[in-house]
Amino acid sequence: MAGHTQNLTKDELWGGNASPFGVSYGKMMMWYFLVSDALTFGGLLTAYGVIRHGSSDPWPVGEQVFEALPALHGSYPLMYVALMTFILIISSVTMVLAVEAGHRRDKAGVIKWLGYTIIGGFFFLGSQAWEWSHFIHGSGGGFQLNKSLTVNGEMENGEKITMTLNAGSWVHMESDFGHAYEHALEGGHDAAPAAEHGHDAHAEHGASHEAEAAHVDAASMHPEALILNKYVLEHKNDKDIRKVKVTGEDCKKLWDAKANETFVFGANMHKNEYAVQQQYANFFFFVTGFHGFHVFSGVVINIIVWLMALGGEFDRRGHYETIEKIGLYWHFVDLVWVFVFTFFYLV
Amino acid sequence: MERDDLIVNDSYAINNTHSDEEGKKIRKKLYNVTVLLTVITIIEVFMGVAFKRNGTFAWESIKLGFIILTLVKAAYIVLIFMHLGDEKKSLKYVILLPYALFILYLIFIGLYEGVSVQELNSTWR
Repeated sequence: MAGHTQNLTKDELWGGNASPFGVSYGKMMMWYFLVSDALTFGGLLTAYGVIRHGSSDPWPVGEQVFEALPALHGSYPLMYVALMTFILIISSVTMVLAVEAGHRRDKAGVIKWLGYTIIGGFFFLGSQAWEWSHFIHGSGGGFQLNKSLTVNGEMENGEKITMTLNAGSWVHMESDFGHAYEHALEGGHDAAPAAEHGHDAHAEHGASHEAEAAHVDAASMHPEALILNKYVLEHKNDKDIRKVKVTGEDCKKLWDAKANETFVFGANMHKNEYAVQQQYANFFFFVTGFHGFHVFSGVVINIIVWLMALGGEFDRRGHYETIEKIGLYWHFVDLVWVFVFTFFYLV
Repeated sequence: MERDDLIVNDSYAINNTHSDEEGKKIRKKLYNVTVLLTVITIIEVFMGVAFKRNGTFAWESIKLGFIILTLVKAAYIVLIFMHLGDEKKSLKYVILLPYALFILYLIFIGLYEGVSVQELNSTWR
């Protein structure tokens, strides 16, 4: 019964009596769906590029925004997203192995590899949940200045630098102090949100503990150091100006010039600590969220098909083409992430 | 699904079963691609950490390098993992050409708009 179209003439092949593309209707429609979905993501990423290119304020640097790892303190730029990318690539490989097993009518192989793919999908979703929560929670927060100032700071390599800041410039806090201050601000008028705010990554740090326990008055708190250009990078006089630490008298000067209504911790739909442009956070939420939703639906579909394979449905049909169709969808999800990874985190 | 019995008897047709030898060969190819994709990702992360995004010529070339590496990864995923490379030419082109056409146009128009918005922003802010 297998095809005899190879012997058909061109007229017969395209005349409606055979599949000119050599694939079943279902598989072809899966491809068409993926093309349309790829246009959606292409549109989103292009829109991101337009907004980013058109912005006259500096855009946050991925390497400086995404540098945290769960349960570890310190700077690990891009490690977490690299791990997420690796998880998704590996789950794509297990999926292609499931498809390959399907072509050999190997039921046990399909069940095994599709099972691993589902596990990989859950790992990715969990990672994304952690990343979102870290992004929303922020790492210290920041505020704007109410007047212009000139301060001296120190770069990461120990070099001294003098910075002139305009009114409205962003200043960021170190994470320990920032979190303690946030708790104190919340604790000042309502103790409940501070308690809800528990987050294990920072719970072990004394500063936030004390603030929570004693409900320190926010007005009496002073930072030991403040950071300029925490998430953005300026290039002036052949020097990269990033993460400039300001301590001592100058730190006090900055703190005294804080505009109280401008404090922001982490990110939400209205403001974010990473950038002046709210589009930065909004694009992050929408594009990674939309992709995460695709991963979520992919995992659900994979589970359904896994159960069908377990029940022997594809042996009854005589072929495992369904595995191939959901495989196409899963690879597409991986493909999109490859581009999101490049344009959100690397470039 | 009545049409399925008319599909050409190629390697990935519904009614074709791969033998164990064929499977072994395909798996070997898949493992090679896995290693390649992993290595490219590691290189990308290394480049992202080692070079500063400071708008100099070096960084602009690194940026271009990222885009090229991404396209290489994408090509391997589409052509090997989704085995579009093994499909008939007609299917390959009907998937790839319209997409390439639309997306190139979109990128062109997006960059064009972005540049002019940027000029307006820096002139009138």
